[in-house]
Amino acid sequence: MYWIAWKMLIGNRGKYLGIIFGVVFAALLIAQQASIFCGLMSLTVSQIRDVEGPAIWVMDENVQFVDDIKPLKDTELFRVKGVPGVDWAVRFYKGIGRARLQEGSYEQMILLGLDDATLIGAPQDVFLGSIAALRSPDAVIIDEAGYRRIWPDEPFQLGRVFEMNDRRAVVVGITKASRTFQSFPILYTRYSQAVRFAPPERKVLSFVLANPEPGLSSQEVCDRIAAQTGLQALTRSQFIWQTIWYYLQKTGIPINFGITVLLGFIVGTAIAGQTFYLFTVENIRQFGALKAMGTGNSTILLMVLSQAANVGLIGYGVGVGLAAAFGWWTQTTTRLAFFMPWQVLGLTAAAVFVIVLVASVLSVRKVLVLDPAIVFRG
Amino acid sequence: MPASAPPNTTAAITLRGVTKEFGRGESRTRALRGVDLDIPYGELLMLVGPSGCGKTTLVSIMAGTLEPTAGTVRSLGHDLTTMTNGRKVRFRRDHVGFIFQATNLLPALSAVENAAVPLLIAGWQRQRALLAAAAMLDRLGLGDRLTSLPSELSGGQQQRVTIARALVHEPRLLVCDEPTSALDAENGRITMELIRQVAVQPDRAVVVVTHDPRAYPFADRIATMEDGRIESVTTAVDQA
Ligand SMILES: Nc1ncnc2c1ncn2[C@@H]1O[C@H](COP(=O)(O)OP(=O)(O)O)[C@@H](O)[C@H]1O
Ligand SMILES: [Mg+2]
Repeated sequence: MYWIAWKMLIGNRGKYLGIIFGVVFAALLIAQQASIFCGLMSLTVSQIRDVEGPAIWVMDENVQFVDDIKPLKDTELFRVKGVPGVDWAVRFYKGIGRARLQEGSYEQMILLGLDDATLIGAPQDVFLGSIAALRSPDAVIIDEAGYRRIWPDEPFQLGRVFEMNDRRAVVVGITKASRTFQSFPILYTRYSQAVRFAPPERKVLSFVLANPEPGLSSQEVCDRIAAQTGLQALTRSQFIWQTIWYYLQKTGIPINFGITVLLGFIVGTAIAGQTFYLFTVENIRQFGALKAMGTGNSTILLMVLSQAANVGLIGYGVGVGLAAAFGWWTQTTTRLAFFMPWQVLGLTAAAVFVIVLVASVLSVRKVLVLDPAIVFRG
Repeated sequence: MPASAPPNTTAAITLRGVTKEFGRGESRTRALRGVDLDIPYGELLMLVGPSGCGKTTLVSIMAGTLEPTAGTVRSLGHDLTTMTNGRKVRFRRDHVGFIFQATNLLPALSAVENAAVPLLIAGWQRQRALLAAAAMLDRLGLGDRLTSLPSELSGGQQQRVTIARALVHEPRLLVCDEPTSALDAENGRITMELIRQVAVQPDRAVVVVTHDPRAYPFADRIATMEDGRIESVTTAVDQA
């Protein structure tokens, strides 16, 4: 009987495509918008994720997210190091600097200062030059985007000199870096160099990066650091989620995307639901004949549900596929953020499930109450 | 529930005092006003009478697609008036073949697939069902149009597909509502001949609603209805 249901469905090509279009529309819009949303959210934490190695971030207790810098006294490093269970701890500088471009204008850049001795937090994808070269005077590693900003249309070349906050900086490496939310270029240097670049201030230490001793959990060591120093100590993933949470709460981003997702859901439900209903109404005599010939209501119900499942699966597959293709296209041709984790697929699947459920519930009622005697009427 | 009666010893269908009213109050229609009728196995009974006299209503009640307002209906040994809905669905599935006035073929299914529908409803495996349906269509002279869609068949050919569909599961009751009314004279005659030759069996009752006098010679008996009642029951010879 599922076979008959399937034949009925594809036999009515116009309606079939119409229903699928509705589901595809909804799935595409939901998956695509949710992925852009996730992409933006992942941008907000790209700087945390790019720092590999340390499991613990220590910062001022009022810091709410990664770009919310509230400098610490230099001595806090030693207080953190003194906490039992801390294996090691290093300085980390994060600030904004002004690079002077060729034509005399200025460009904001994110300035990251890495511990002089260990260079912890160094970029992972240096494709020209080396991290070790950071140890030479005035050395910086610049990210690809930054290089192109300062020297547009020029080949990558080491040893070039430019001005950072009116001080000399020498390019010793070029790296790929994850894009940031503000989409500023990124400049890596030693901590002591970063402090020289930065405007003179009483306190300059942005974060202390630390690791627990083997056998101790990051959480436990975080708790100890907080208790002993009064600073805020977060595990890497806690800091990531705290930053995402900040953007969710303090910006209009979730609402804007939520509205679009909801719109896709409503329009998709309307198109798919209405077309499916029309399809069922159009086939009402066929269903009546099947009922007269001895098809029970439970079978009829399963037939309608299998028709709905068919359009749901195909619509979902095509919609998510198109969203992924769109994401692939944006990655290669634009700088739009796009990130499709499995949760987006799950959300889209749930939405499509609700859409086809609504569509079939609307229609199936009509078939279930149908009097098989109608087939005898002309 | 008693077992099905053996052929020819009892009537296939026994109607006593059957009435049917549609609607309530002002809009009430009395479609049947007390029908008594016995139809033995092996017989082709024709129901004739003017439009609106209750023929369709009566066959619907015999076939178990419509509830009578009052009276008793025994069909193939089952008391339809006390039957639950679920049992009625199974009764129709297992024992009744239908030929409707509109063919009601599924437009997306080929001839052989349409003819196989009752077997698929009964849970037959698809290949087996299609084989049986093909054999039935072959008997009805449509062996070369098995894969045609209804829209590719003439009216007469479509009606032969519905005959195949009505008989493929060997029902013990066949009800036909105006099977020739949409056909020209020639196809109407062919249709009645096929129903006469293929459908009528010693263990099956066949009821044909018609208002086409040219169909009368194919009947064993003719019941004439008038305003919700059976006026007379005659043998075909009397009529002719
Ligand atoms: N579902 C219904 N609702 C209301 N009236 C009906 C319904 N079905 C049939 N009738 C009425 O019952 C009478 C008998 O109808 P029907 O059995 O279709 O007659 P026939 O088949 O002999 O033309 C007619 O007056 C018709 O209008
Ligand atoms: Mg009628």
